[in-house]
Amino acid sequence: MLEANHITYRIGRKTLLDSVSLSVKPGELVAVVGANGAGKSTLLKILSRDHLPTSGNLFLDQKLISRFSAVELARRRAVLAQQNTLAFNFSVYELVMMGRYPHFDSQPRTEDRAVVDYTLDRTGIRHLATRSVPTLSGGEQQRVHLAKVLAQLMTLEEINDPKKLIRPARYLLLDEPTTGLDLYYQHSLLEVAQDLKQRGYGVVAILHDLNLVMQYADKVLLLKEGQALAFGPPARVLTAEAILEAFRLPVTLIQQPELDYPLVIHTRQTNPLFLNT
Amino acid sequence: MTQAEIQTPPTQAAARPELPRRHANWWLNSTLAILLVLVVIGSVGIGAISIPVPSVVAILLKQVGWVIGPVEPQQETVLLIIRLPRVLLGVLIGATLGVSGAAMQGLFRNPLADPGLIGISSGASLLAVLMIVLQLKLFRDISSFAGLYALSLAAFVGAVLATLLVYSLARRNGRTIISLMLLVGIAINILCEALRGLLVYLADDAQLRTISNWSLGSLGGASWEVLQVASPFLLAPVLLMPRLSKSMNAFALGESGAGHLGVDAARLKRNVVLLTTLGVGVAVAVSGVIGFVGLVIPHLIRLLGGANHRVVLPGAALLGAIVLTLADLAARTIVAPAELPIGIITGIIGAPVFLYMLVRGSSEKA
Repeated sequence: MLEANHITYRIGRKTLLDSVSLSVKPGELVAVVGANGAGKSTLLKILSRDHLPTSGNLFLDQKLISRFSAVELARRRAVLAQQNTLAFNFSVYELVMMGRYPHFDSQPRTEDRAVVDYTLDRTGIRHLATRSVPTLSGGEQQRVHLAKVLAQLMTLEEINDPKKLIRPARYLLLDEPTTGLDLYYQHSLLEVAQDLKQRGYGVVAILHDLNLVMQYADKVLLLKEGQALAFGPPARVLTAEAILEAFRLPVTLIQQPELDYPLVIHTRQTNPLFLNT
Repeated sequence: MTQAEIQTPPTQAAARPELPRRHANWWLNSTLAILLVLVVIGSVGIGAISIPVPSVVAILLKQVGWVIGPVEPQQETVLLIIRLPRVLLGVLIGATLGVSGAAMQGLFRNPLADPGLIGISSGASLLAVLMIVLQLKLFRDISSFAGLYALSLAAFVGAVLATLLVYSLARRNGRTIISLMLLVGIAINILCEALRGLLVYLADDAQLRTISNWSLGSLGGASWEVLQVASPFLLAPVLLMPRLSKSMNAFALGESGAGHLGVDAARLKRNVVLLTTLGVGVAVAVSGVIGFVGLVIPHLIRLLGGANHRVVLPGAALLGAIVLTLADLAARTIVAPAELPIGIITGIIGAPVFLYMLVRGSSEKA
């Protein structure tokens, strides 16, 4: 379990996160939602150990995250950043192979090459393998980085046997992973995430599209100005009132008989009392 | 959670695009290694006394106890006492400048970085010039102790001091900030240059001549003794930097991106700065400032073999060695029996090559 207890993060006198708690069990996809500046990315940076919280603790499987060595941690959790920079013209294959760096010493082993091979297929970029990354479109680059984080976490064993539950649990942190992806690949990405969670991964994803949250997330953390408004199953957390409070946007939730989750539609109405609750 | 409905991985399609082969770029560095051996054998034979290649090979093999033919004593003396240490020094310095340039570019995530950026060259120059011009008592004491090498010693100390200053000023809360290091480096370079300018202004004619010769670089001071003292420092970056290639590749993703892959960014920064300072500091100390090798060579390697530091770092060392050996050959033969400063040769050849690459590169991107 990836567990954040009462995380507070301040820069100077500004409080970016105020006692936010969150837990992600293996097999769960937790979405983090909130308006711009609500503290979503800051929270993810604390979960990924980029920032140290001002107060509060972070545990990975009951062990303080600061107790992990950099390489140990890299084998247990991967991060798909919101903005990916790349200084030189690496090829797609070389970039995805970087995901295997925590696993081999100096030369990639057969296993590393096989895992990269699989993730190139899984993200639909095998045909781009020899291309230089900066020449790709934004969406293609995003898929290359997704392939890299998959390569970082997956093992050959679980690729060969998809039904096998992974041990120990591993975690995937996604910061607005659907940015720049077309509709097909947005869903394809979240299906990859769903596939991973069924293998026993824990996934945290910052998402903006509440309908994607409704459809894919097991739990959702709703943030507003650095504070957690609610944490729980999407249908319970994402009520019209809560969405209005967090986003200052009136919405209607529509229940379709063939779906087991409601659709979130923006309405022009401003009075929340008239909304479907 | 449910364990049902696990997606099966996509089945292997019939015609799948080829993935890069293992060791895809082995040919580049193998070619460069062979080329380096040929260049070394060729250039030790060229000079005031010409030694044909078979004789060179015979003389060299005789040293390891394998006599393949008669050896002329005069040729043997020239080759072993004069040519060989100089060529080997050129090889080592070229390799160090090349590999350190590549590492600096990796560290700064900028293809325009070079070892001079962190103050190595300007710090070395400042202290060397200070030594030449002021002739302080302290320096005279050092001279009596270190003899001919006093100037080199001063230059090395200058390089280390300037780099230490840049490195420590670029630290905030125990972390070295790369962008800050760039700016601090620029400021320290300007300061060192200004102080050096002041000293040059104070210098007399004889001192000016010494300063100008030193500044343009030369391998003329080579001897087995110099080689013995300098080679551990020059070899350290050449041998150890390639071990950092994985971390340096990850570093291209930015510091946090590299951190997510388990790379200790602080250690990488420290190691690269340390190895570069030792290697390039000693290079500047024994041969003066040799420009352009550290900047252009890694560029050329990336054009030929891609961005992977596993190829770039050894490749830059090999090509740096080849280029500097050839540049020194030109420096000591073009105006023989006089010598041209090697910095002039590398600049005159390096700048147009660099411009050509920039123009070609920008037309490719357009």
